Amino acid sequence: MMEDYVLELIRDGRRVDGRKLDELRPVKVETGIIKRAEGSAKVSLGDTVVLVGVKLDIGEPFPDTPNQGILITNAEFSPIASPDFESGPPGEDAIELARVVDRGIREGKIIDFEKLCIKEGEKVWMVFIDIHVLNHKGNLVDASALAAMAALLDAKFPKYDPEKDELDRETLEGKLPINHKVVTVTLAKLNGKMLVDPIVDEEKVAEATLTIGVKEDGKVSSMQKSGGRGWFSYDEVSKAIDLAISKSKELLKHLE
Amino acid sequence: MKKIEEPLIVDGKRIDGRKPEEIREIEMRVGVIKNADGSALVRFGNTMVVAAVYGPKPLLPKHLQDPEKAILRCRYGMAPFSVPERARPGPDRRSIEISKVLRLALEPAIFLEEYPRAVIEVYAEVLQADGSTRVTSINAASLALADAGVPMRDLVVGLSGGKVDGTLILDLNGKEDNNCEADIPMGFMPRGEKITLLQMDGDLTPEEVKKIIRMVIDAGKKVYEEQKKALHAKYEKEEVV
Repeated sequence: MMEDYVLELIRDGRRVDGRKLDELRPVKVETGIIKRAEGSAKVSLGDTVVLVGVKLDIGEPFPDTPNQGILITNAEFSPIASPDFESGPPGEDAIELARVVDRGIREGKIIDFEKLCIKEGEKVWMVFIDIHVLNHKGNLVDASALAAMAALLDAKFPKYDPEKDELDRETLEGKLPINHKVVTVTLAKLNGKMLVDPIVDEEKVAEATLTIGVKEDGKVSSMQKSGGRGWFSYDEVSKAIDLAISKSKELLKHLE
Repeated sequence: MKKIEEPLIVDGKRIDGRKPEEIREIEMRVGVIKNADGSALVRFGNTMVVAAVYGPKPLLPKHLQDPEKAILRCRYGMAPFSVPERARPGPDRRSIEISKVLRLALEPAIFLEEYPRAVIEVYAEVLQADGSTRVTSINAASLALADAGVPMRDLVVGLSGGKVDGTLILDLNGKEDNNCEADIPMGFMPRGEKITLLQMDGDLTPEEVKKIIRMVIDAGKKVYEEQKKALHAKYEKEEVV
């Protein structure tokens, strides 16, 4: 059984794909690949492939933040990407993933939302981040967060004509106002050991996973315990935070 | 993200008069829903949650059964009148996510393997929201499970920590929740300090994150005592033949 094999290897600090416990899979980031989107990126973490498109539109601000733009993040686990995915509206895992990516960007103040205000209380830019999983081989969160960040950095405003209140999507001008960069690093606990960037076979037997959003200044912007039926000790969380910060630097390099 | 101008900490006191590490007034009662196998009402200040447990009972249809253990189903919801602007009834994306993390927070505490092919249903309804509703739901759900007689490794304690106006605090109220620099909802089993729910959003140094987690675990022991008191109180009332 694959599950027993994964756990047995971990006991000796080894992994099915030969990586070290703290080793990421090869990372690849390509941007500007969807011409119809204002920003886009495709990220591979090993065999996990995620595509993110950023679309911009104009809408009404929320009443409690009349001078700020709006961020909406959605994730689709398309049946294209895995035999485990079914068609239909997003399930709890897709919703959770989109919300974790959204929180890292929103609460880390990655986008300068005030610069997205066109007319206070009336018109603001709306930023839509749509995450499409193309191949699921584990750790969709980190691939999605990296692709979302790359697509935001790639995004440009379509030309807006305030007189006619129209968007000219053929003419792109000016980049999205981005304050900082953020990435997430996910760790899984198996047999009491912590490893980074789990593949599906590892996720299936993980006691729990912990996703940590880290900004380029080394500060933490989000955390989410998920996966499995287990728990973390204070020391495990503490070490996970330190490891995530050190690993975040490797991922951030791909956004330069 | 701070959305208001007014300070949230004045002379070391919070807007509701609490000290930074002070928890709101706690009320806990078990056995509040007669039809349920177990139930509890938990109030932290103005945040009030009722939870009910149905089961363990056979899971139908049969193909959903797990021959090795019971399945735990959790639903977190907010009553439409629980918030200032009426909430649309039914699950939204936020409550779907919270239902999932609530399940993951409770599962490690339950001996699910004692009930193969069964389902245990946990419903947590926020009746009145003033911040920290998911951790209040954990306290209520955990008490309701114990009240239902479901065998557990420990009770699960829920408590939130965070940072407002540069100060690290515990048990965020609604205004603090909406205007904080960071919010860390946590659930854990006090014996052995096993963390079963951990979320965070905001902007913190790693040292601050660790400090808040430590503060929550230490202060959570007081919540644990209240939970045990509430369970004892129910059985002390009952007459023994």
